[in-house]
Amino acid sequence: MQDQALFEYVLRLADDSLILGQRLGEWCGHGPILEEDIALTNISLDLIGQAISLYDLASELEGAGKNHDQLAYLRFENEYKNVLLVEQPNGDFAMTILRQFFFDAFRLPLYEALMQSPVAQLAAIAAKSVKETRYHLKHTSEWVIRMGDGTDESHERAQAAIDHLWRYTSELFFEDNIDEQLQERQLVPSLKGIQANWMETVKAVLSEATLTIPTNNWKFEGGRQGRHSEHMGYILADLQYMQRAYPNMEW
Amino acid sequence: MVNAAQIRNYLEEVSDPEIPVLTIIDLGVVQEIYLADHIWIIELTPTYSGCPAMQQIEVDLLAKLQEKGIANAQVKHVLSPAWTTDWISEEGRQKLRMYGIAPPVNESDKSTLFAEPPRVACPKCNSMETRMVSLFGSTACKAQYQCKQCLEPFDYFKCLK
Ligand SMILES: [Zn+2]
Repeated sequence: MQDQALFEYVLRLADDSLILGQRLGEWCGHGPILEEDIALTNISLDLIGQAISLYDLASELEGAGKNHDQLAYLRFENEYKNVLLVEQPNGDFAMTILRQFFFDAFRLPLYEALMQSPVAQLAAIAAKSVKETRYHLKHTSEWVIRMGDGTDESHERAQAAIDHLWRYTSELFFEDNIDEQLQERQLVPSLKGIQANWMETVKAVLSEATLTIPTNNWKFEGGRQGRHSEHMGYILADLQYMQRAYPNMEW
Repeated sequence: MVNAAQIRNYLEEVSDPEIPVLTIIDLGVVQEIYLADHIWIIELTPTYSGCPAMQQIEVDLLAKLQEKGIANAQVKHVLSPAWTTDWISEEGRQKLRMYGIAPPVNESDKSTLFAEPPRVACPKCNSMETRMVSLFGSTACKAQYQCKQCLEPFDYFKCLK
């Protein structure tokens, strides 16, 4: 391994994108309206595309000769380092949109900061992905506002989604010695600044939507160390089925 | 001996599988073409990270060069600089319009969250009285619009910068 810390860091980004992309893909054919079916699967496709680029970089950093498919399909649950937020079930449309909104509001400033990284490939992936992420955040923000400031039922469902998902949001800014080491080498930004930026977006959109930020600070964490919620195994069963049943299959 | 300019000409015959009216040159996804170790390297940049057309473009491109007698070619995917709709040629924009897809317009700062959707002319009747139906469309690069004048629903090739 040439750069263990950077490998882990990139893997975390890649796993966030892959698992959320997989979750959104479950909406295919089930969207509340045709336009939204198309939008959610388009966002899914962007995330999976970003994951491929990130896995390519990770596999280069790992230097073990694995390709992106092997990283995506052939690891065990505790080897996935995504945050718990992205593996949470789709729930109703409000739950899916709020989960996506919290994630987009985090990813956008993170990609903007990573564009300045001296790791050229990481900066290139960020520069490519930032453009897509702007569209995602715009789309989810508009839905949050439409639902929050909509009917009693849409408001209630949006608020219920926020109240449920809030406990998973602090993990987005989780930092350990991997982050510290890379920040010291000035390869990646501090997540403190990203968190301030995230909070600003969340406050602006929720206030426009007449929705409120929960006051409890209950936190669920563990994904970055590979400790996942009970939902993760089912996602992997779906995701990995073909590669496990027919090793090395391609089409 | 073939040269890079000729190869670029040959690639004018390879079309985008999702928008067949555009060649991959019109689309602006072909970057540098150069010879390295007796192999022609064709640099391709994706429009969107997950665009499924990119794989098909690679297959079609290599088949076209094969047909022209160039077997020693390879595609190299480059991410930087990131593709932008500014790279779609003027000719490409004309072709899009003729095909019924509104070409990208210069959008003001997209970082503003609550910005109005861009004003797009209807490719059928040229009316500016159009509305955005959805930010996402039939492919990653398009949004759905409808003309209020002639009622035609149409695709808008959204601006990516
Ligand atoms: Zn019209």
